[in-house]
Amino acid sequence: MLNVRQQPFRAAVLVLVWGWLLFLVLTPNLLVVGASVMTRNPSTFISLPLNLDAYRQLFDSLYLEVFLHSLYMASVTTVICLVIGYPFAWALSKVGKQRQILLIFLLIVPFWTNSLVRTYALKLILATNGLLNTALMSLGVIDAPLRLLYTETAVIIGLVYLLLPFMILPLYSVFDDLRQDLLLASHDLGAGRLATFIHVIVPLTLPGILAGVMLVLLPAMGLFFVPDVLGGSRNLLIGNVIKNQFLDARDWPFGAAASIVLTLAMALLMFAHRLSKRRLGEEGGS
Amino acid sequence: MSRWLPRMYLTLVYVLLYVPIAVLIVFSFNDSRTGYAWGGWSLRWYEALFNNTAMVKAMWNSLWLALSAATISTLIGALTALALHRYRFRGKRMLNGMLFVVMMSPEIVLAISLLALFLLVGLQLGFISLLLAHVTFCLPFVVITVMARLSGFDESLPEAARDLGASDFTMTRTVLIPVIMPALLAGWLLGFTLSLDDVVVSTFTSGPAYEILPLRIYSMVRVGLKPEVNAVGTLLLVFSLVMLMISQWILTRSKQ
Repeated sequence: MLNVRQQPFRAAVLVLVWGWLLFLVLTPNLLVVGASVMTRNPSTFISLPLNLDAYRQLFDSLYLEVFLHSLYMASVTTVICLVIGYPFAWALSKVGKQRQILLIFLLIVPFWTNSLVRTYALKLILATNGLLNTALMSLGVIDAPLRLLYTETAVIIGLVYLLLPFMILPLYSVFDDLRQDLLLASHDLGAGRLATFIHVIVPLTLPGILAGVMLVLLPAMGLFFVPDVLGGSRNLLIGNVIKNQFLDARDWPFGAAASIVLTLAMALLMFAHRLSKRRLGEEGGS
Repeated sequence: MSRWLPRMYLTLVYVLLYVPIAVLIVFSFNDSRTGYAWGGWSLRWYEALFNNTAMVKAMWNSLWLALSAATISTLIGALTALALHRYRFRGKRMLNGMLFVVMMSPEIVLAISLLALFLLVGLQLGFISLLLAHVTFCLPFVVITVMARLSGFDESLPEAARDLGASDFTMTRTVLIPVIMPALLAGWLLGFTLSLDDVVVSTFTSGPAYEILPLRIYSMVRVGLKPEVNAVGTLLLVFSLVMLMISQWILTRSKQ
């Protein structure tokens, strides 16, 4: 390779890039790790001594309840996304290539549009005198309006609506790679549809399932504006707790500890995803 | 297997994904004051929007922020992609890793880490803090877009340029930049929409001195329905959609 000293351009590029990432990615993340083991301080936010009180606080009954409820709502959201998304991705991978490009574009559009505005749009539909109730009542399906807004159901609907594309895209990519000859082989060896699905299709699409779960489950615990807009005060997410602790209560150690738990969960899911991919690679290679 | 069943299912899910957007757009032209019932077509909420000085100010602030963030992140992102593609250096894996972490970690984690940094170094929360934060979360998307373009590129051209005595800088300027131009444009547009639409990171990294549009909307939608939000939301959606379409068009056209 060329000498760094003879290459001012190369040196400048590397300094800029490294500088930016070290200052705005690495340092802040280390700060959060540091803050989580320090003591709360009203004037400087954090101070010594070091301790694990913030992590212990996570298990206080009040917060534990919020966390478990948030985890519950996120899990339900993930399962619904998987149930809707799995057959969807399958069907999508069977569409002709030309049309697929357009359909995938339609799927990623929501990713680039304002999710807060789209959450708000759901409010127009779910409200007591909103479109859904008006439609159902005029059709005679229900007599009195359903109370949907400001309930757990509304939060889950909102999360599914925002996160469904994140489940579908990784699933689509594994279905797109699914080798049809393996399915034929399974059929030729006498496996029925159900057996083929359980023993061939599910294992082959497992990396996609795990990637989808990762991309849905974690944001589903962090999107604090969804409960703010649709859920009222009783259906909080971990994201709401982190936000309150940092911006209102100014309890940094606690907020940081909560965020680290979220990050660890992400790391765990990523590890599982990598593992499943590697196993698949080994089996495919042999 | 029957073919219409999967198709109907696909259609149904797409309809569900797009109904709320359609409802929002239609209701932004609703003449009714309550926001639920239909009261005929009208542009009154758009009028109210542009007569609302604070709202217009927030709009300009947002546009200016998105413009700056997209430009800076495209610049740094392109250089990062070039460095990752062309140079061998120590810590390359770590650099890749940090970009990956930014892209994969839940937004709120990134947001609080940046807030902690800004408050500890004593940076006043406002335009600068927002800009640093937005450039940071746009960066990986630009890097990926440019890398994708570079990976399909014939290596003999830059080598030829070097053999002919061009310096690294000259070679980058005359050979590489023209090649990655479509990716730069697309990356810029993506960065612009990401910045314009961000709520989570901005909630943590902005101060009262610099109010941006998504946060103004956020404070409005927490209670009840505001017909004005339908109008401003529609504007934001349509704007993002146009930007996205242009960027996709540039990318597909450049592949042919």
